[in-house]
Amino acid sequence: MKYIDHHAHMVSRTTDDYQQMALTGCVAVTEPAFWAGWDRSSANGVEDYFRQLTEFEPGRAAQYHIQHYTWMAMNPKEADDRELSRDVLTRIPKFLDKPTVLGIGEIGLNRVTRNEVDTYTEQIDLALTHRQLILIHTPHLEDKLKGTRISLDAMSGFPKLDPSRVLVDHAEEHTCRMILDLGYWAGLTLYPQTKVSPQRAADIVETFGPERICVAGACDWGPSDPIAVPRFIMEMRRRGHPEELIYRIVFENPVQFLSQSSKFRIRPSVAKELAF
Amino acid sequence: MHDRTPLSPKGLVDEYFIENRTRLLEIAAFLDRVDRVDPSYPAKDFRMKAFLEALASLARTGDRVDHIQMLLSDPSTEPLEALDRKSAVGAYDRWRRE
Repeated sequence: MKYIDHHAHMVSRTTDDYQQMALTGCVAVTEPAFWAGWDRSSANGVEDYFRQLTEFEPGRAAQYHIQHYTWMAMNPKEADDRELSRDVLTRIPKFLDKPTVLGIGEIGLNRVTRNEVDTYTEQIDLALTHRQLILIHTPHLEDKLKGTRISLDAMSGFPKLDPSRVLVDHAEEHTCRMILDLGYWAGLTLYPQTKVSPQRAADIVETFGPERICVAGACDWGPSDPIAVPRFIMEMRRRGHPEELIYRIVFENPVQFLSQSSKFRIRPSVAKELAF
Repeated sequence: MHDRTPLSPKGLVDEYFIENRTRLLEIAAFLDRVDRVDPSYPAKDFRMKAFLEALASLARTGDRVDHIQMLLSDPSTEPLEALDRKSAVGAYDRWRRE
């Protein structure tokens, strides 16, 4: 089954992983800007990373016939550094016209500090100013509940924000309802330890239904699995769910969300034709 | 279309019992391992206190995952004034203010 991984940090991955993803049906990835596991020393370092995302990575993916798209952001893990964040935010607009940039992301909170909230809201404003889609990171583990609540509260302060153009990622059982009830998309990122497993993602789909839910493998620099989405597909099949339901979640839903950007080349009208 | 898996209750148990039996024994082995080093330690570490509370809540029915997620979560609603550390640790220290 063909699938799209809407949250894949491919700069952390080898070309072997691209090959595995292609062999298991991946036709497109979108790569949010993120923390590299260590803090950059300057905005120049972040800008070089943006160039890697927009200039280098699409070619690497294309070797395996995978479309590569990306998102620009000051990531949540470094967002408490206001001086660095202000500098990075001045550099983002020149990347927004690049042909593979879909929007602003992943923005959000990490330890949920006041500085992080300020950087986050400035980036929502930036996205609205430039009419960009938004991809939101919600915090890890014990910080997720509080961070998700505050992230959603902050968005309520932007009346022009259309929830259907925002995907709130790393949702789990205790945050999915509040995200979906407000009209946002919910992303389930599949991790072996720190977020949801393919089994729990299938439980969430069974509980909340397939509307506005996407799944992704994350392809992180930490423990993660580049073929986590195919494992989710296997889990859904193991339970006897119909192929049409599975396809909706791993392909049609991400196409519906991502094609709100005119740069995303897979259109909903052709999604059915590409199905199996 | 949703609300539950298409498998029957017996089908679910047939399919998932062995792998969850394995997980159960892994947790038991972890707790025994800690006990062998220092049986009094879990009472001193907020992560283990939360973990043991979560284990006790498995006897509930219906909403175990939600309940455990809430047990482990920071319930506060105001942002931190300053960054204290870079990463989450997996459980909120509800005992810190005691």
